[in-house]
Amino acid sequence: MSFLEYAPAPESRAILSLREQYGLFIDGQFVDGRGTPFQTISPATEERLATVASANDADVDVAVAAARRAYDRIWSRMSGRDRGKYLFRIARLVQERARELAVAESLDNGKPIKESRDVDVPLVAAWFFYYAGWADKLDHAGLGANPRALGVAAQVIPWNFPLLMLAWKIAPALAAGNTVVLKPAETTPLSALIFAEILQQAELPPGVVNIITGAGDTGAALVSHDGVDKVAFTGSTAVGRAIAKQVAGTDKKVTLELGGKAANIVFDDAPIDQAIEGIVNGIFFNQGHVCCAGSRLLVQENVHDEVVERLKLRLATLRMGDPLDKNTDIGAINSREQLERIRELSDVGVAEGAERWSAPCEIPENGFWYAPTIFTNVQTSSRIAREEIFGPVLSVLTFRTPAEAIAKANNTPYGLSAGIWTDKGSRILAVADQLRAGVVWANTFNRFDPASPFGGYKESGYGREGGRHGLAAYLAPTAIGQSAEPHRVAPGTHVPIESADPAAASETHSDARSEPRPATTKKGGAK
Amino acid sequence: MSRLAVPKTYKLYIGGAFPRSESGRTYEVVSSSGAFLANAAKASRKDARDAIVAARAAVPAWAGATAYNRGQVLYRIAELLEGRRGQFIAEIEEAEGVSRAAASAQVDESVDRWVWYAGWSDKFAQVAGNANPVAGPYFNISVPEPTGVVAIVAPQDSSLLGLVSAVAPALVAGNAVVVVASERFPLSAISLAEVLATSDVPKGVVNVLTGAPAEIAPWLASHADVNALDLVGAADLDWISLEIEAADTLKRVLRPESGPDAAAPALGRISAFTETKTVWHTKSLR
Repeated sequence: MSFLEYAPAPESRAILSLREQYGLFIDGQFVDGRGTPFQTISPATEERLATVASANDADVDVAVAAARRAYDRIWSRMSGRDRGKYLFRIARLVQERARELAVAESLDNGKPIKESRDVDVPLVAAWFFYYAGWADKLDHAGLGANPRALGVAAQVIPWNFPLLMLAWKIAPALAAGNTVVLKPAETTPLSALIFAEILQQAELPPGVVNIITGAGDTGAALVSHDGVDKVAFTGSTAVGRAIAKQVAGTDKKVTLELGGKAANIVFDDAPIDQAIEGIVNGIFFNQGHVCCAGSRLLVQENVHDEVVERLKLRLATLRMGDPLDKNTDIGAINSREQLERIRELSDVGVAEGAERWSAPCEIPENGFWYAPTIFTNVQTSSRIAREEIFGPVLSVLTFRTPAEAIAKANNTPYGLSAGIWTDKGSRILAVADQLRAGVVWANTFNRFDPASPFGGYKESGYGREGGRHGLAAYLAPTAIGQSAEPHRVAPGTHVPIESADPAAASETHSDARSEPRPATTKKGGAK
Repeated sequence: MSRLAVPKTYKLYIGGAFPRSESGRTYEVVSSSGAFLANAAKASRKDARDAIVAARAAVPAWAGATAYNRGQVLYRIAELLEGRRGQFIAEIEEAEGVSRAAASAQVDESVDRWVWYAGWSDKFAQVAGNANPVAGPYFNISVPEPTGVVAIVAPQDSSLLGLVSAVAPALVAGNAVVVVASERFPLSAISLAEVLATSDVPKGVVNVLTGAPAEIAPWLASHADVNALDLVGAADLDWISLEIEAADTLKRVLRPESGPDAAAPALGRISAFTETKTVWHTKSLR
């Protein structure tokens, strides 16, 4: 046994009591879905975990109607203080059931327990705690006095941070006074369904949050439903584009958090040991299933060889395997489909002339696994330097001057995040100014905080999540002469534009809107 | 004896120059009573693309100028517009067939909007940005930055005020603009371009196209080097198709507005064309 071989140290699954089957969470109850149920598996073992209901169009109708009723009758009339108290309750319940949620997340998603336990779930609680405090302070959100909620929010989230993305979506929506219909990803529904039990424990009024499971068509039906006022999506740029087209011509307010191909820029004066840890955290955290992952390493030419050599040494110490083992660094790839995409793009990299090196890992027999991989000698035109791989694959490129680093970093249709490693403060600030990215980490990477706005430039989407900015994404200003309470505003009231989204500001609400609106919001010609 | 007037040739405004449409096309602009006023240039797809190239080239210097400097340049536009009030009032009276008082009010309000937005230039970031109290040893700050090239379909029912109301806020944060003027009232837009050309606005920061918005707008909506699309004046176009086109490159889109309050002064019109950048810096004594 070498010093790197540890005895197994698995987190106990006993804390988790999964049900055999899960229904849809609508109007405060678990109900049967009318679509074909599907199974969710552990990507580490391919073992079946539970059978989950699938929502068809009729189920989406019911969920949206429940959210509308809850909005009209309860949530839009409740004081901000009381909405905040419900969110504080949820934050505390998440903390109380933190380990159970972490085990469920690692089982269903494949991520290492040390990440779900120390990163995902604590951030979930923090997110609810942060936005709870906003609920009765909306006048200070930056939209003027008495901003109003938008109504029913349709939220579709990805599989890479299932519960954390749920928190990013639900916490600000509820704080701002909206009600929610949320669809978790098909491969990772479990933590959201346990979260639904938490909502029952919190006695959140029925219909304020509805969670409907299913595949892409469930999400499409939800997003395009006439009864929703707000669409929030996190996922691929391709789906984001489709959603932007679907909502064109409607009054829906949209935020999209999409793909990325972040540059992690290492200058020759960078603190090298920290930079290596930052590079590893940047691309191998969560198996690289991170939209803001530092997937393009831009390293100054004179330190390239040293950085690559140290990186390989470091990667050789990473432990891949059972996600529930407390010593595991690299868990399982979330699905067979994703594994195949990683393999395919990786092979393209080789075919295009890059040199592939993979960490010497023992690949478990069952499940979906991909060893941490580095490509050197990568051309800027190569697909592995341009396309989001969404896996533990790092493309290494070089530069000589700061100007070249900036040009290469910005040479992408994406613009979600970037990293800068240098000891020189003035250079950090100057380079950060020039990078076309929504989040820039200087001498660190992949830091998240509920107080910190997150979101992209260019084709990485629009809108921000987190912080005051994230709250504003679920609010519209109340114009002069307009009542603060949406249900008292007469239909057709003209509202001067004061927000970033004129469509949202010209929206009107009435008491009569407990039913889905007729599909007459489109005008101006054929789609 | 009346003097024989010297009429002006109205052309496009692209990259700081006043070219004719590369297509050679013009269209007749008439007064409210149907009298001939001028032949305005009818911009083509290629003119639109030239304008986008000029705008893109202008972004780094304009976005990189200090906010104080941008504020002074925008204020200078107000100064020069004020000095040419008479010309604009006469032009609007003739084109729109409104009273002198109404034309004067439109010009005065246009001047005042430049002044209002000029003042925002070095204050907007303080209102839209903030420090974020994250749970860790980091200095974390969010600031607004310009989104890049903004294409605008100007309000179609006014000569000057609608155009100014749409263009000015897009410039505040440092974007460059390609604007399609009112099809029916294009002349004041080109006269405004003369003001811009002499107001220290760097070439390419504002590009003005005249012609048919229905013909030009689709090229702006689909062009990959346009970051945002303001459809404020596109209510009568097939604007849903434009929004769908814009989705291919995930442009930021503002939907049409109509009525006298279209593009009314608002902080939201500035923030609509900005991106929030959040920077994390480590803190350490070591």
